[in-house]
Amino acid sequence: MSSETNQILTTDGIPLEISLRKAERKNKIKAFLLVVPLLLFLIITYIFPIAEMFTRSIDDKMITNMLPKTFKSMETWNGKDLPPEEVFVSFLEDFKILVDKKEHGKLAQRLNKEKNGFNTIVKKLFRQIKRNKIDESQSIKEQIMKVHKRWRNVEYWQAIKRTAPPYTSAKYLKAMDMYLNEDNKITQVSEDRRIHRILWLRTVEVAFFVTIFCFLMGYPIAHLLATLPMKYSNLLMICVLLPFWTSLLVRTASWMILLQQQGVVNDFFVMIGLVADDNRPEMMYNKVGTYVAMTQILLPFMVLPLYSVMKTISPSLMRAGKSLGGTPFVAFWKVYFPLTIPGIGAGCLLVFILAIGYYITPALVGGASGTLISNQIAYHMKTTLDWSFASAMGLMLLGGVLVIYWLYNKLVGVDNIKLG
Amino acid sequence: MALPKYTETRYRIWHYFYIAICTFVFIFLIAPLFVIFPLSFNAEEFLVFSEGMKNLDPDAFSLRWYKDMVYGTKNPWGLAAKNSFIIAIFATLGSVILGTVAALGLSSRHMPFKGIIMATLISPMIVPLIISGVAIFFFMAKAGLAATHTGIVLAHIILGTPFVVITVTATLSGFDHSVTRAAASLGSNPVNTFMKVTLPLILPGVISGGLFAFVTSFDEVVVVLFLAGLENTTIPIQMWTGLREQLSPTILAVATCLIILSTLILISAELLRRRSERLRGINR
Repeated sequence: MSSETNQILTTDGIPLEISLRKAERKNKIKAFLLVVPLLLFLIITYIFPIAEMFTRSIDDKMITNMLPKTFKSMETWNGKDLPPEEVFVSFLEDFKILVDKKEHGKLAQRLNKEKNGFNTIVKKLFRQIKRNKIDESQSIKEQIMKVHKRWRNVEYWQAIKRTAPPYTSAKYLKAMDMYLNEDNKITQVSEDRRIHRILWLRTVEVAFFVTIFCFLMGYPIAHLLATLPMKYSNLLMICVLLPFWTSLLVRTASWMILLQQQGVVNDFFVMIGLVADDNRPEMMYNKVGTYVAMTQILLPFMVLPLYSVMKTISPSLMRAGKSLGGTPFVAFWKVYFPLTIPGIGAGCLLVFILAIGYYITPALVGGASGTLISNQIAYHMKTTLDWSFASAMGLMLLGGVLVIYWLYNKLVGVDNIKLG
Repeated sequence: MALPKYTETRYRIWHYFYIAICTFVFIFLIAPLFVIFPLSFNAEEFLVFSEGMKNLDPDAFSLRWYKDMVYGTKNPWGLAAKNSFIIAIFATLGSVILGTVAALGLSSRHMPFKGIIMATLISPMIVPLIISGVAIFFFMAKAGLAATHTGIVLAHIILGTPFVVITVTATLSGFDHSVTRAAASLGSNPVNTFMKVTLPLILPGVISGGLFAFVTSFDEVVVVLFLAGLENTTIPIQMWTGLREQLSPTILAVATCLIILSTLILISAELLRRRSERLRGINR
């Protein structure tokens, strides 16, 4: 706009542009105020606690607060030879405070995690202090070193120094079956103890195959539902929607009944002579059960987006394809299938996201070989109470899901999610 | 789906194959729900079809497990059902109010940062439940709300609002905003306009969002497992413990009731969806 144009004024003499901008800002604030209650509620009760999981997962302040003076005096220590007298003195001071607070056991436990063998020598030192064997007027270093030969070993002092930083990546490394060794290098744990990597791989594998199965089963019926006349398709739609609305536990329970060794599916296999009566296959408490039950439970989430996309494809397009000389297969592959890709993307990503975080069904029908990473998170939350480890694994899972969510948003857009 | 007469044999075969696949998938989807019905009337204690049931012997059927569900001593189902309904009703109310108000703001074309706010509001639906459970547990433990009804209701409001936000924004996308301007020009204040004009028009969307929130709360087990104490047991928790420990047919009686409930919800949701589509002028 040229600057010479006369400004248009509103009736109260304010330039129109300013007046409009003011009204716009007012509307913006109004709209935003409507969202504020829910947004604040979610930020306080949900987003913030998730962020807090992160600090919890890297938090290692406990020991930093237990041995403040020791770590302070260790700053000047070269870390190669035995530490100087002052380190021993401040360690003893810190330790005596812990003994008074009866927290020396916790220290022993934490240090033992860093290096095996601390438990014994911390307890030995504790006994010496209780018996007042340590004479403050003489060299503390000499006396502590006499308590146990390991206190003379520099590796143990190096281990203490390693615990000094208030933050640690140990939990994340542990979730990948790795740890930091003495030289601060990332090392893998011995082969027989690599349990978590198996779980991650299995989780991705199960989610992937469940998505594939859902797609293979969902595509034909979505197509049928979209092409049948309304009165039939409405009836058949119930078969999709009823499981969708039915409790997850009810559906899991029915699969437990169907798949058990004396269950209906096995009865059927025996009846048609597929398996011998005394040799009924185990279909529950393993991966088969997890796959079957999860596929059935997640199938509606594949069918519904596919259906809503297919519904918009005009049948005349297929007819045009055929009339132009394509066989039905060619017409389908070149015309119909490409048009359904948005629906396929939406369905697959939705199913994959839901499957990767599945917990209840694998825990009930999965048995030992069907447990997934979510089960491990729940186990550490409820049984071992290692909440920081559970948080670390949860956030790694969340990271994966957010990447997929971002893809989903790019491909389909979150506001395009349709329900039923 | 009748085939034209001129169809070649191989396409004919393919067509029947396709119908067979679809039939199999539909059976796969719906049959598991129907296994529960007859077994819940089993007179015996086992979760398999007895010989008598296969021969349709009337003595093999009984209402024993339904009686056990209602009158059984030391049976937790009464308390669980009461808790489940109380929690679900309050959680639905909370989700509907917060979600509808937020959806009104979100569908205004003046809304700033629409994308990121929408993503935040929907996040509880996308984040795996186990992570939501851990995070919500940390919050409730700190706020002193663990093992209280209030805590569980708040948790379910978190999980339920995304559904309300989605359904109501979808309904509002076809909403003609000139009617609210007309109301305003006739001297109605914004609250009055909302109650008298907007709300009746978007009501189907609000109710169907509410149904989603209700089902989410009523069926939710992962988060409740972290939060609930003995006093706050819900139907899903009782089913979870039952399925893990001993599979008693009482669970099947409960499951049958739940299937009936979900059928009712499905019917109302379908009716609402059709009504809302009619109102939005979508003819299919």
